Amino acid sequence: MQKRIKNIPFARTIMILAAILPLSVFIFPLWNVTLEAPQYPTPLGINIYINDFADMNPHDIKNINLLNHYIGMKYIPEAIPEFKIFPIGIIITTIIGVLIGIKSNHEWFLVWFVLMVVLSIAGMTDFYLWEYDYGHDLDSKAILKFTNPDGTPMGFQPPMIGSKDILNFKAHSYPRLGAYLLSVGIILSLYAYFVSKKISKIKSQSIL
Amino acid sequence: MKKKYFSLIFFSSLVLACNINNSGSSSALDYSAAEEVYIAPGKYDSFYAFISGGFSGQLAVYGLPSGRLFKVIPVFSVDAEKGYGFNEETKPLLNTSFGSIPWGDSHHPDISQTNGELDGRWLFINENNTPRIAKVDLSLFETTEIIEIPNTAGNHSSSYVTENTEYVIAGTRFSIPVPQEDIPINEYKGNFKGTLSFLKVNPEDGRMNLSFQIMMPGYNYDKAHPGRGPSHGWFFYTTYNTEEAYSLQEVNSSQNDKDFIAAVNWKKAEEYISKGKFKTMSTNYAHNVYDEATQTAKTEWIKEVRVLDPSECPGLVYFLPTPKSPHGCDIDPSGEYIVGSGKLSADVTVHSFTKMMQAIKEKNFSGEAYGIPVINFDAVHAGSVKQAGLGPLHTEFDNVGNAYTSFFISSELVKWKLGTWEVLDRKPTYYSVGHLMIPGGNSKKPFGKYALALNKITKDRYLPTGPEVTQSAQLYDITGEKMKLLLDFPTVGEPHYAAGIPADMIKKKSKKLYKLEDNIHKYATLSSLDTKVIREGKKVHIYMTTIRSHFTPDNIEGIKVGDKVYFHITNLEQDYDVPHGFAMIGANTSEVLIMPGQTETIVWEPKQVGIWPFYCTDFCSALHQEMQGYVRVSAKNSDIKLSWSLDND
Repeated sequence: MQKRIKNIPFARTIMILAAILPLSVFIFPLWNVTLEAPQYPTPLGINIYINDFADMNPHDIKNINLLNHYIGMKYIPEAIPEFKIFPIGIIITTIIGVLIGIKSNHEWFLVWFVLMVVLSIAGMTDFYLWEYDYGHDLDSKAILKFTNPDGTPMGFQPPMIGSKDILNFKAHSYPRLGAYLLSVGIILSLYAYFVSKKISKIKSQSIL
Repeated sequence: MKKKYFSLIFFSSLVLACNINNSGSSSALDYSAAEEVYIAPGKYDSFYAFISGGFSGQLAVYGLPSGRLFKVIPVFSVDAEKGYGFNEETKPLLNTSFGSIPWGDSHHPDISQTNGELDGRWLFINENNTPRIAKVDLSLFETTEIIEIPNTAGNHSSSYVTENTEYVIAGTRFSIPVPQEDIPINEYKGNFKGTLSFLKVNPEDGRMNLSFQIMMPGYNYDKAHPGRGPSHGWFFYTTYNTEEAYSLQEVNSSQNDKDFIAAVNWKKAEEYISKGKFKTMSTNYAHNVYDEATQTAKTEWIKEVRVLDPSECPGLVYFLPTPKSPHGCDIDPSGEYIVGSGKLSADVTVHSFTKMMQAIKEKNFSGEAYGIPVINFDAVHAGSVKQAGLGPLHTEFDNVGNAYTSFFISSELVKWKLGTWEVLDRKPTYYSVGHLMIPGGNSKKPFGKYALALNKITKDRYLPTGPEVTQSAQLYDITGEKMKLLLDFPTVGEPHYAAGIPADMIKKKSKKLYKLEDNIHKYATLSSLDTKVIREGKKVHIYMTTIRSHFTPDNIEGIKVGDKVYFHITNLEQDYDVPHGFAMIGANTSEVLIMPGQTETIVWEPKQVGIWPFYCTDFCSALHQEMQGYVRVSAKNSDIKLSWSLDND
């Protein structure tokens, strides 16, 4: 009996940990897009942080912009509105998650989990839309113009996840540690939900 | 915000795993010579060889064992290809007290050392004709300093460094009156002098500073090497023409049975300097330094030099009698043996440093010359390699106690054993080898894998190219008991001497580009928004930028005939290996090649009215052919205002 009661703080600890883990996106990149080509023995790459686009190696973004101007792609912006909104979102959901972990019962663990899944899907969708625009909204004065076999202008959108050939480059797009830790946090909240649900059940049974 | 499942982690780690390359290298087994020198496409050589261009005045960078040429570093001669000596930044490097000189005769490259081992920071190389020493920075692979040596003619016994690069040295091959004076040539004897110069090297940045000179008798100081280990603190110089002949020297300088090796105690010299035993002579020489941050060279004129007279400084210099006009003066890795190659004999003479110190202690002297003690030959002689060949010139060493001597007349390399003086092997060279080089072969730690013979004559070895044919180097494997010829390869100019170093010691330090944010060139333009054209009387300064694939500005108007137009061009690229070039029609100068992040200046003095194009000369991108612009030149008295634009902006 004693042992089982101790499991309530355990579930809460898991929930609090789950809520704190997403903060790691302030330290580690969420995503990485790498461009490989024979004349780039050191590939060009962008690390995408919650609040920044960063060079994988010095000057990579400048050099990607330089290459992209030939096909009329816009410069990768120094800042986008998401860099302000997303960090606030992370901080707020973390605070909510911690409060839930301290005070609320297991149903709220599930609410937090669903909230995070919904927000993550929204974030991914936003990322996809930005990528789509970046790859398709081309300067009409572009130096090099390519068309698909059906005659429509060729787009240069990097893949969301995976690898793809874009002209002379092979583009790789994959999550990085920040995204993994965020995912671990979200999954942990679901785990905390199941653990605490089970304990509550046992508890209510033992009261009867 | 993103959410991913664990399966993704596995997926991406699979991708990572697939990207790992196993680049195992095969061991060098006794394959055919072709396999031993073959470097597969995309693979690297294991050594750098910096081969002096001799009368080309330059320094060429090769890979060993392949013999592939990577770069010719301009040092003492202008190089229109690189804009060296033509752009405003490098022009000061070629200043001398005789004015700007477009050519030099480069001789003996030597890599900086720490604790007697190669450290790969800088390379020093001497110029024989107009006495100078240059420093090449081995992260830039560019000449960053040239200092003129006063009171000297024919700077041949140069530019070797001491064990910790305390000093780099210069010396006199053609003795002259010091200071110069108008006297009959036949009053040579006693009136002509040969100076030996010691240039202090700043351990931080390698900057040279002529610390002092030793005023020696009017002999010819031919070759030199520093002591190491126990003999650290000494420098050894071969001499010829102790006859003090001044005409038909091929005969008259070859009469004495023995000339000298001069042993100079430079630590003693430092003591005499600090005690104030020097004389200050007035002089005038150029010290030219290229600053990496301003990317510009400047000349400083120096008016004084401190001089020591060995006859007034006991213990500073001793003479070691050495047979038959010795040429090479080489010190073995232990620092004990001083090898003097009597170039007109068949023997190689070896002195012992231990015996020398004993003889000095016992004052075992046979006499003196101009106040300098001459040690008894037998008191200092360690042994001789007898009848080893004809015309021994230079000796280098491996790491297992063997020496390798080049023989010019009999055209061969001879391997012999230190201490027993027995000849172990000999291999022909094609033809007439001068210097030879073993990477680190004149340091405490030789890398005894290859020996490179640097030949003066090739005759029939290559496809003929008219009366003037290439000079050549030959690579030998020296890991076995017998030397094995692996490769012939042609060289730039005369491969006078070379310095080799394991590639791993410098390849990672090789700079990829100049960081724009560190560029403090006086006329740098760090953004295309800052480009401008400014008139100062007849001078017009164009602050221009380049990036793939355009110049900013590319339309310039308001230039007039008679103007002196300075194009200050900054390459805004920050990507490895994306230089841009610049050439202007009718400019009486070369192109410039501007590395990423670098600023260079080229001068154009337009002489005719009209519209004149400029363009990028280095194939920079797919739009390289479009990388061009126009300058409108109006008449002298025209009132067209200065204007500049890119895309009418």
